[in-house]
Amino acid sequence: MKDQTDMRRGGLADGARALTPLLLAVVPFGLVLGVTAASSPAGGLLGIATSPIIFAGAAQLVTVQLLGTDTSVFVVIITALVINVRHLMYSAAMAPHFSEWPRRSRFLLPYLLTDQAFALSMLRYETTDDPVYKRWFFVGAGLGLWLPWQLATIAGVVLGAQIPESLGLGFAIPLVFLVLLIPVVQTRPGLVAAIVGGVGAVAAGEAPYGLGLVIGALLGVAAGVAVERLGEP
Amino acid sequence: MNWIAVLIIGLGTYLTRLSFIGAFGEREMPGWMERPLRFVAPAVMGAIVLPAVVQPAGVIEFLPAANPRFMAGVIAAAVAYKWRNVSLVIAVGMGSLWVLDWLF
Repeated sequence: MKDQTDMRRGGLADGARALTPLLLAVVPFGLVLGVTAASSPAGGLLGIATSPIIFAGAAQLVTVQLLGTDTSVFVVIITALVINVRHLMYSAAMAPHFSEWPRRSRFLLPYLLTDQAFALSMLRYETTDDPVYKRWFFVGAGLGLWLPWQLATIAGVVLGAQIPESLGLGFAIPLVFLVLLIPVVQTRPGLVAAIVGGVGAVAAGEAPYGLGLVIGALLGVAAGVAVERLGEP
Repeated sequence: MNWIAVLIIGLGTYLTRLSFIGAFGEREMPGWMERPLRFVAPAVMGAIVLPAVVQPAGVIEFLPAANPRFMAGVIAAAVAYKWRNVSLVIAVGMGSLWVLDWLF
């Protein structure tokens, strides 16, 4: 029994510790989200609420940026869900590890399944087999991200209320995505997906209901798949 | 309406996270599904970044006098490629934008 408690504490601490260096990227991202929300028609309160409700940075940024603008609410929902559909992939990869867990954990813990918690957990699971340790490592990484993310969003909203519009801080959004883009364009199909996604979104900039981003993204995905197929022997 | 949208997005996001863990059990993800999903991240990021730097006002412009965000974006991209540090990229990108704005 004592063994189990040790595994739990160790996992929790290791997960939180593994996540800490990533906060260097996560906190500024959360601040930008809050600042954006504060100056958007959607408003700061809604921006703060997206952090516990959606808990997925890229989709949250697009949501607070688009809600209340000319873009139809329906398209905002579609856009955010297209951005978040990648979680299916994480869920499939994590499922074999989650299956050893109690039923309640299997329904509650996926809420914490982010890019960061996923990447760190999969890496750690290569070197450990203990189901209790594995579960609590994931919880540690998940909560280690969750709490700073909430605080950074709130801080950003408070800060954003004081920053004049003329500074053009909205430009920080593409800057954040620029950094996220670098690791996913290291393969040729990934690079093609990004370029076609970008050019497609620009070309579809005039598309009705603000569908440009979704059209660009779908073209980019198709291009990535096509290039990867061509590269196969 | 905005609040309902946020709730729907939150629920949808949770369901994608739950999908294979909670509902589809141990089933492996079929290849036709897995392959496109790997390109969602780069395609989405590209679709967010490029329009924001080449057509922030709805018209495609590259010259700093008409659109300083393109050149600021190129400078920031170089910094992002070299250091991958979010705070640094925000600082350099915003700084470049302000300097270009002031110059032109």
